[in-house]
Order: sequence, then C-alpha cells, then structure tokens
Amino acid sequence: MDFEFFTMNPIALFFASIFTSNILLSNFLGMCSFISVSKDYKSSFGLGLAVTVVMTITAAVSWVVLYYVIVPLGLEYLSFIVFIIVIAAVVQILEMVIDRASPALYMSLGIFLPLITVNCAILGAILFMQIRQYAFIESVVFAAGSGLGWWLAIMLLAAIRGRIENNPVPSGLKGAGITMITIGFMAMGFIGFSGMIAVQ
Amino acid sequence: MNPYLLGPLVVSGITAFLALLIALTDRVVNNYGTVVIDINKGKKRFEVKGGAPLLGTLASQKIFVPSACGGRGSCGACKCKVTSEVGPVLPTELPYLSKEELADGTRLACQIKLKKDIAIEVPEELFSVKRFEATVSSIRDLTYDIKEVTYTLEDPAEIEFVPGQYVQIVVPPYGDLDEEVQRAYSMSSKPGDKGKVELLIRLVPGGIATTWVHKHLKQGQKARLVGPFGEFRVHDTGATMLCVAGGSGMAPFWSMLRHMEAENAHPDKDVWYFFGARSLKDMFYLDELSALEKRMPRFHFVPALSEPAPEDKWTGETGLITDVLDRFIKERIPKEKGFEGYLCGSPGMINACIAVMTNNGVAEKDIFFDKFA
Repeated sequence: MDFEFFTMNPIALFFASIFTSNILLSNFLGMCSFISVSKDYKSSFGLGLAVTVVMTITAAVSWVVLYYVIVPLGLEYLSFIVFIIVIAAVVQILEMVIDRASPALYMSLGIFLPLITVNCAILGAILFMQIRQYAFIESVVFAAGSGLGWWLAIMLLAAIRGRIENNPVPSGLKGAGITMITIGFMAMGFIGFSGMIAVQ
Repeated sequence: MNPYLLGPLVVSGITAFLALLIALTDRVVNNYGTVVIDINKGKKRFEVKGGAPLLGTLASQKIFVPSACGGRGSCGACKCKVTSEVGPVLPTELPYLSKEELADGTRLACQIKLKKDIAIEVPEELFSVKRFEATVSSIRDLTYDIKEVTYTLEDPAEIEFVPGQYVQIVVPPYGDLDEEVQRAYSMSSKPGDKGKVELLIRLVPGGIATTWVHKHLKQGQKARLVGPFGEFRVHDTGATMLCVAGGSGMAPFWSMLRHMEAENAHPDKDVWYFFGARSLKDMFYLDELSALEKRMPRFHFVPALSEPAPEDKWTGETGLITDVLDRFIKERIPKEKGFEGYLCGSPGMINACIAVMTNNGVAEKDIFFDKFA
C-alpha cells in the first residue's frame, strides 16, 4: 500500500476516518464499551461524545509530546507508555474541568470519562497517528474524524439493537451473538466504500 | 547520556509534569472555598470547606444522615430535602427517588457535591443522632438463627431515644467486603437503660451485616453504632395497640413494653402483642413476655404457631398470625377504645396485616409500621 495520505487533503482524511476507515468497524478498536454500552441509546450518545472529545484532545497533546520530547531524544520505544500516561492525565483533567464548568455536560459526558481511559480506540488512534507520521493538523483531523466515526457507529448499533429487542431472535443468538453478527454486517457496509478514499 | 537512564528519566519526568498539572487543576478547579450549609431554615448553620459530598461534610459537623452504603449511592437511604438550587438530579439518584420526592427537591446527600451555599431540610431528630463507640458486652442465642447482642456504650456513654427507634451498626470490612457499611436494627433495650443498646439480629443467608454479627462478632469486641433514627413509636392516644411481629421484629415492641412497665408510660393504653412463628424453635422471650403479662394487666400476649411440631406440645393459638389477629379483633378484644396498628417485619407480612386491620375497620392512618428492607 502506498502512503498517499501524506498528500491527503485534511477534509478527505476527515471523511475517510469517519466513514470508509471507521476505526471501530475497520480496525475493531474500542469493542468492549461498544458492545456493552450500545444496549442503551442515551448512554451511547454520551459515550460517543466523550470518545470524540478525548480522542481529539489526547491526539493533539500526544503529538506535541511525541515530536517535541520523545523523537528528539530518540525514545520512540517508550511512546506506548507515554501515550497511556498522557491519556490518563488528560481524562483526569478533563473530568475536573467539565465537572466545574458545566454540571449538565458532566452528567451526559463526565460519567463516561473514567471508562474512556482504558478505551483502546483512543490509544489506537494515537498509535496510527505515530505510525502514519501525520502532521499536527492531520493528527487532530484524523482523531476528530475517528472519534466521530466511533460515535456514529455506536449510535447506529444502539438503534439497531433497539429494533432487535422487539424481534424474535433464535435463543442461541440472543445478546452478544446477534450483536456480533450485526456488527459484522455494519463493518461490511462501511468498508464497502473504502475504494473511494482509503486511509490505510 | 546513558540510554538506560534517559528512558526512565524522561518517562518519570513526563509523569511528574502531568501529575503536577493534575494537582494544579485540582487546586484551581476544585477549590470551592468555604460554603455555608443552612439546615432547616437557619436552625443550624455551618461554614465548611466545599468540594466534598454533602453526606460526609454533614457527618464531619456531627449531623448523621442515615446511610447504609457509606456514600456510594447504592442504598438510597441518605435522602434530604434541598431547598436551594444545586443543579439537576443525577442519574445515580433517579432510581431511589419517587415522583413526589423529585418534585419537592429531595436528593441523596451522598451524591450532592458542595459547590456553593446550600439550604437543606432534615428531620429535627437528626440533630440528636450521635456516633457511639461501644463494646459488645454479650451475645446470646435466642433461637437457632436469632441472636441478642448487647452493646455497652463508651463514648458517648449514654443514649437518649424513644422506644421503637433504630440504630445503625457499623460493619467493618471483612471477607469480600472491602468498605465499611451500615445496617439498621431496632433497639430492643428500654430507654431507661441509657448505658446500653440491645439488638435482636436474625441471620439472613448472604446478608452482609447479619453474617458479620453471627459469624465474626465476639464478646468484648469494640463496635460502633450511629443513631437513634426513626419515626416508629407509641402514639399518645387512648387507643388499644395491636402489635404484630415475628422473629427479630419483636425488638421495637420489647423496648416499648418494658418502657411502659418501667415508667408506666401511656397508662391508658391497652396492648395486645401477636407473636407469630412457625414452630416452637422460632419462639423466644416466651417466659419473659408471659411474666410481663402477669405483672401488667393491660398487656395481653398472644403467641401463635403456624406449623407446631408434634414435640412442641403446643396448647396456644395455631394458624397464620393474620388469621389469629383477625379472630381476636372480631371476638376477643374490646372495641370501645378504638385500635391502632403497630407492625414490624417483612413487607409481605406487614401488607397482609394491614389488609386484616383495615378490613376490621382500623383506619389506615392509625397503622404504623417498620418494614425490613
């Protein structure tokens, strides 16, 4: 695969990361909360919002740490650990600030923040950013797009599961079984468009 | 520089920097300064440090709102009415609040973070609630699954309460329990014995507090109690008391009866106590209650077994306690003074007894109960 995305238009990157290369459905990252929280539409909304916000901010912070501290010192082998620390710290600070600034927002988003610290989609997006050597703007755009894509996917799944609830499902497939099948179909639907714009 | 040194140093440096950032944010963002808590329209006012949950802050000011879970939002006991604006009801509170409570501003004290001045209303009696350090002075088996536990109070050394009220025992972490919890038990001792608290505790399989009391608590051990709480008490009317309880539900009545005898309290009240059990092995205090019946002419004791075992040689009442109650109200108890119902036990037993009483013309407002949660 050639690395076209260096010359990629940020808008194309943004849409590609939402739709054709959806981080959840093409890379299967962030599955645990995706499956457990998608039972409830309202919680899915809050979690999706939280993932988007945290992903965007942590990607920006991690980029700065990566290219101003890690790379100049030749410590790329430690980037994994550093990213995890950065995510944890950013989530902590974000939680405190939101709690103070807007109790209403804290209620819809804040209660999910601790869950996000261990969401692999966040770390995944940051690692992609490193591997693909995105510039700062590209990183932020990619992270925001990936977050929105994750949000979109969980809302869709929550809606579909809401429908499934009222329909007869073979007893062996109830719960996780039918959910995995549903996710599979969704993934095919999303990846089907990857010929249009690809972020690999 | 040595790469073995550089790596750890850089990671530690970044971590320290971020930790500092968090600490600074915490200082700036979570600094709510001092806030004023106004209780019951100016009855009490405290200036406290903001930022912590209301429940714990009140406890630090010696106002103990009942709480069974220790502030994790899992018991719904620490309800109090908030009359100032404190923001929307949290999802964690919703399961525990009824429609009426949502409308009148009732909240869970453990879920409210003190961010600004707040005005709350709590029952006046909470002002007299204290935390007691005590020693377990005796543990006695009353039946195969009920223990009578006596605590000797040390600090404070005396308790003031009304018969029918309850205390919360503090259960320390043990086994799989990793946090202190509190559970409520009615006091069976009489208020005259100020220096001690007696509780009747039945072993509930899997119960956190009852298992601890039955399997771990030993005589001589230090323990902690918080109380007194509760509205369950003898009402000062001339009406005849119809008391129904089985098992450890006897506790509040055992306190009320001994108090009535000792202080000649409520001298105009006749008392009928219906004690229901399955067979003789579930019965206790029979001799004590029969003796009390002889000493106190206005007290009538009606023990009843629903399934007496052959070896019990039972000559008293038999049948479900609700049937016995029904029969007595219809045939045996004088009706001139009117009736008041006093119930203590499981929700099922209480609802059944309320049905029997209302069918016999006892007004629902005259039936008082203490439901085991």
